[in-house]
Amino acid sequence: MFDLSGKAALVTGASGGIGGAIARGLHTQGAAVTLSGTRVEALDALKAALGERTHVVAARMDDAADIDRLAKEAEAAMGKLDILVNNAGITRDNISMRMKDEEWDKVLQVNLSGTFRLTRAAMRGMMRRRFGRVITITSIVGVTGNPGQANYAAAKAGLIGMSKSLAQELASRGITVNCVAPGFIATPMTDVLSEDQKKVILARVPADRLGMPEEIAAGVVYLASSEAAYVTGQTLHINGGMAMI
Amino acid sequence: MSDIAERVKKIVVEHLGVEAAQVKDEAKFIDDLGADSLDTVELVMAFEEEFGIEIPDDAAEKIQTVGDAIGFIKSNAKS
Repeated sequence: MFDLSGKAALVTGASGGIGGAIARGLHTQGAAVTLSGTRVEALDALKAALGERTHVVAARMDDAADIDRLAKEAEAAMGKLDILVNNAGITRDNISMRMKDEEWDKVLQVNLSGTFRLTRAAMRGMMRRRFGRVITITSIVGVTGNPGQANYAAAKAGLIGMSKSLAQELASRGITVNCVAPGFIATPMTDVLSEDQKKVILARVPADRLGMPEEIAAGVVYLASSEAAYVTGQTLHINGGMAMI
Repeated sequence: MSDIAERVKKIVVEHLGVEAAQVKDEAKFIDDLGADSLDTVELVMAFEEEFGIEIPDDAAEKIQTVGDAIGFIKSNAKS
């Protein structure tokens, strides 16, 4: 099950903890993978670790022309694009009273608008081939909210609404559009938290541990597979029971 | 140039699964030939591929009938 041999995947934010694990997961199941992000060294290192069937296309998600170029180059490198994993995202946390317009705009631009642009660019080929998997990494805070993250939560909630709309537009063409919503996952982003901070977070997690990036990747692999053809417009929550929605 | 009309009609027949006799110049893709909005996007993509042209979005929106498509392609096609 979940064999992805012959499929071509693009993973954005692949230089990060979760994005890297997703790329590995798809690659392990047999897919060709294009790694995208802004940190070229990390992307090249991952490419070297994965070996064949791997490509790197660096791109900025706040630049419309760069996003179109990314879609084109990924398709050119692999010959097609079957699976798009929208994982790239940034945070600019601040309580709303202090949040600057730039902090709000930047997060919406990269996390929401950039994701829409890339997805739109990828759709054409998927429609033509009557197959596509769009999997967008949202967040538990897109559903529950989180103090200090009004911008991030709004963008992540927006991705869920966007995905449900695209799912309805594209279902008749064999394209599914879903989200994966991680809770607290052990990555370089959460490594910087103090033990006390971790304790506070874990008090809210019935599983009593942080999630692993591989556990997010497993959800993405499932949604990318042909076995998940009848799953669309959904959000798969992977959060150790932190929120049950 | 007349084969442009034939090629356009062939694409419409294949894509929408309609009878060739229905595909008259004045036939509207959505109202007369049962296309949905996604079908019209795909038809435009198919025309672009067949004739090696690019049909910008604002031009694509004006292509509502088979005749509109033939007319646009005749004035823009290279092949």
